[in-house]
Amino acid sequence: MLIALVVLAPSIFLVAIFIYGFIGWTFYISTVKWDSAVVDYTFVGLKNWQRLFNDARFHSDLRNHLLYALGFMSQCIVFGFLLAVLLDLRIKGEALFRTIFIFPFAVSGIVTGVAWRWLMQPTTGINLLFAAVGLENLQPSWFVHAKFGMLAVSIAAAWQFTGYVMALYLAGLRGISYELREAAAIDGADSFEIYRYVIIPLLAPVTFVVIVLTGMNSIRIFDLVAAMGGSGPAFATDTLAFNMYQTTFGSYRFSLGAAIGSFMILLSLFLVVPYLRSMRGEVER
Amino acid sequence: MNLQRIWTRSAIYFLLIAFAAYYLMPFYVMLITGLKPFADVQIARMWELPQNPTLEGVLRAWTSVAPNFWNSVRITVPAALISAFIGSINGYIFAKWRFPHADTVFILFLVGMFLPYQGVLIPLVRTLQFFGLYGTMPGLVMVHCIFGIPITALLFRGYYAGIPNELLDAGKIDGCGFFGLYRWILLPISLPAFAVVLLWQFTTIWNDYLIGLVVLSNPSRAPVNVAVQNLAGSYFVEWNVQMSGALIAALPTIFVYLALGKLFLRGLLAGSLKG
Repeated sequence: MLIALVVLAPSIFLVAIFIYGFIGWTFYISTVKWDSAVVDYTFVGLKNWQRLFNDARFHSDLRNHLLYALGFMSQCIVFGFLLAVLLDLRIKGEALFRTIFIFPFAVSGIVTGVAWRWLMQPTTGINLLFAAVGLENLQPSWFVHAKFGMLAVSIAAAWQFTGYVMALYLAGLRGISYELREAAAIDGADSFEIYRYVIIPLLAPVTFVVIVLTGMNSIRIFDLVAAMGGSGPAFATDTLAFNMYQTTFGSYRFSLGAAIGSFMILLSLFLVVPYLRSMRGEVER
Repeated sequence: MNLQRIWTRSAIYFLLIAFAAYYLMPFYVMLITGLKPFADVQIARMWELPQNPTLEGVLRAWTSVAPNFWNSVRITVPAALISAFIGSINGYIFAKWRFPHADTVFILFLVGMFLPYQGVLIPLVRTLQFFGLYGTMPGLVMVHCIFGIPITALLFRGYYAGIPNELLDAGKIDGCGFFGLYRWILLPISLPAFAVVLLWQFTTIWNDYLIGLVVLSNPSRAPVNVAVQNLAGSYFVEWNVQMSGALIAALPTIFVYLALGKLFLRGLLAGSLKG
């Protein structure tokens, strides 16, 4: 028993320092006056937080995250569920379709962003396809749109992530026995009712995991924004992570950057805490 | 009745094929654009197959990102191997040695892997600078190993929990201690778990952008995803070079995914606890 603890100790130590210690340190930096390349630990209280909360860029970040989360999460959940249901209908070529749907998850956010930046050029790409099918009037400016640019980013993100969500739903569906569906069918339920009253409620735990995962992604989103033109016109595609990176490592306003980082930690607690509550039973076995 | 069945089946396949086309579309565009000479990369003919396919763009991209590609290999391979090894020992302890408060420690590990890196970046850079590891490859390898501790412990714990305790008890009777049980009983049957974890860590670390950017931004030492992002800035209008660069960066993980898709899927499901 003692040996086990001794062997585990370095890992516990590293996690304690590099995750929890550093988070504490970041919160501390957010309360000092370190706003240049020169380290300055003069305590200023909540001044950086005040500055952050009054910052117009921060306000557009919040709005962008909301817009992104709406677009990204709804696409992932709706298409992920739909594809899982379709694949579960005992179709031919299931393995091939599954491989294709998960394929984008194997590539990086940067690769995704570079490809979609080309697809979403206002003068070509998808707009060319729109024009070809008679939608000459539907020529959105995508990620450079001054208001809804963030929705374009969410399309690229969902392209990458939906296969993962589908895999989770598919595993959930495979856990529901056919007998259960047949029993519901015998009770006179049509297939729509079976999904509405049997399948979807039984998949609630999967949906919960999906919401946590896609929600975390919505807080972290960075790579795609960096690859798709950065913060965009009037910060229309700016995010907390991108703001934090530029503020800290671009303009050396470390304390303000630390406040943004700390804010992101606080934001993620809204997802982590309920998730852990649901996990507790699973961990303690 | 039969006609209706044919109709629904057709609708299902139509939907599946439409979605498949959608998910493959960016790969198609990357490939055809990457194989076009610069003169043929015209916005009006973006979707057309290359008339004069050439490796000109690929070669230009490769000249530019090749050093970073090898950097990524030198970062990803050791980091994945080391973190898988650490993970297997930790998973063994969490699964088979129920020390006091083991569950609390494990939950704290789990929380750690959820939290956004922006909450640790500044102290991370300061600490690496202090130890002279900032801007170095060993520094980046170390950071990936540390941030991999929670997920690898989780994956191995799940695997070892499924191995009956009787097996270990038998080993104990034969005189095996802590290391003996691991070395002679668990390690020989750990191959599937190692495969899943190595694959997961390889993909995650290869595809990382943020940590590489912050810890190793020096253009000659940076990993390939950082280089591909820089490529977009330096070859601004040369979409064929940009697409080729993106494909080059994606190739190893695409290859691994196609070769080991089943394991990848298993990692996805087990790692669903992570973001």
